[in-house]
Amino acid sequence: MNYWPLLGVAVIVIGFALRFNAVPVVVCAALVSGLLAGLHVPDLLALLGKSFVSSRMLLMFVLTLPAIGLLERAGLREHAQQWMARLRSMTLARLLIGYLLVREVLAMLGLMGVAGHAQTVRPLLAPMSEAAAEKILPALSDDDRDELRAVAAATDNVGRFFGEDVFIALGAVLLIQGFYAQHGIELTPLAIALWALPTAIVAFIIQSVRIWLYQRRLQRRALQWRGEQGG
Amino acid sequence: MLRIEYAYWLIAAFLLYVAWRNLREGQGSRAAFWLLLGLLFAGGDGVLAQQKAGNPLPAQIAGAMVIALALLAPRLRRHAHVDTVSAEQRLASALRLGHKLFMPALLIPLVTLIVALVGAHLSVAGHALFATPQMTLTGLALACVIALFAAAYVARAPLHQGLSEGRRLLDAIGWAALLPLLLAALGEVFTQSGVGAAIAALANAILPEGSAFACLLVFALGMVLFTVIMGNAFAAFPVMMAGIGLPLLIQQYGAHPTILGAMGMLCGYCGTLLTPMAADYNLVPAALLELRSPYGVIRAQFWSAVMIFVATFIMMWLLVFR
Repeated sequence: MNYWPLLGVAVIVIGFALRFNAVPVVVCAALVSGLLAGLHVPDLLALLGKSFVSSRMLLMFVLTLPAIGLLERAGLREHAQQWMARLRSMTLARLLIGYLLVREVLAMLGLMGVAGHAQTVRPLLAPMSEAAAEKILPALSDDDRDELRAVAAATDNVGRFFGEDVFIALGAVLLIQGFYAQHGIELTPLAIALWALPTAIVAFIIQSVRIWLYQRRLQRRALQWRGEQGG
Repeated sequence: MLRIEYAYWLIAAFLLYVAWRNLREGQGSRAAFWLLLGLLFAGGDGVLAQQKAGNPLPAQIAGAMVIALALLAPRLRRHAHVDTVSAEQRLASALRLGHKLFMPALLIPLVTLIVALVGAHLSVAGHALFATPQMTLTGLALACVIALFAAAYVARAPLHQGLSEGRRLLDAIGWAALLPLLLAALGEVFTQSGVGAAIAALANAILPEGSAFACLLVFALGMVLFTVIMGNAFAAFPVMMAGIGLPLLIQQYGAHPTILGAMGMLCGYCGTLLTPMAADYNLVPAALLELRSPYGVIRAQFWSAVMIFVATFIMMWLLVFR
């Protein structure tokens, strides 16, 4: 067993720990692992180039930027925030848990590209969350805003990841089935997808409770803040 | 027929536009960075076709360009997105336009949804409108174009203003945009270099004999750890399965393969929530939302990931040996 390529992993860990720019760190790690595995430089270059261009779909979010940018210039965030402020019954927890549910169900149907960080979180969910939080605690600090946006992004991730596996014709389920088929075990995709359901439910409950607790924390701070304002 | 390649050409055109704008403003490194990336996007099909035909030269050139991008990246200082219009102007515009502003933003998910659902049945004069591979992503690209036109119409702004605002956002995201692609390439290199096999061998070496529970725990934690390293549960799954899951858990201890497979993969997904290596879920959103810490999203989902992992592991332990 050649353990030397593991040094590539060490490059990653050290690079991230020392907060170097992630791009050269990742490329260095690839070069280190490849060279220590005995790949020749031209082959390594070709491998790097080929795998980079084969994953071009990961930059698709760039195409949302012109439309989103134009709308933000025209006041999209401001409008989303004002609208949230007017909706009396819409609380922060209801907004985020509702989004979590929609995102998870869409992912279960295989519709992952429909929502996402560039498509829905930045233009809609994040500003609405900020407005909903301002209804609770009007004096939000910059740290609060950062945390709120991060919670919105995390909610999108959790909904997407744990819904995705409950869909039959999707990558993960097919990968599991394919692995077993190679080793002589025949499974139906439906059976695999079904066993992802318990975790999907648990993930929904856990994230919802955490959102609700976050809202409670804001409410407590709001009480304290009002006390200080009054006293 | 609309193919995913057209979307890549569109991205390439946008990247070249961003490069040109940066060049005109004297931002040399930035311009070179987006230019190289734009060329990689424009030439991507050619690279893959030549590689398939047995000519590795274009792929080697692409590899050299990736290294050049890595050298340029540290010179791109990430700066916050500078607003072009004042907050008062935006507020006035928001009051004037109202809910109309939502329409183009909602068109992006809506058109994508429609294409994903019925795209396979759409045809013009007997020719399918959408190519089957990557139909949802092709739909997303189309949705973005439609949304840009709609946004220009609603805001009564010229189209090029959208390009210029998009460029501003992309420059604010900067090199972080590149990470998902690089990490995918790194995963490929790791696989080819036998990093996975080495990790499976290490996991086997620390495994205690004769305990099904300990074995399951090493398998589940291995899925998390390996996903954290690779940034992708799909890369971790075959490694952990071939190293521990199949020979020990299934064949020796009689674990249920369906449950082990499904829940083992989900343990890996918990790892995805924890790692900067899963850049498109954790680092890109942090840049996109202009958080001050690149790890803000990971911090926000850390405890969710831990709790979901613990719950999944307990369920797996209770169910898998029945």
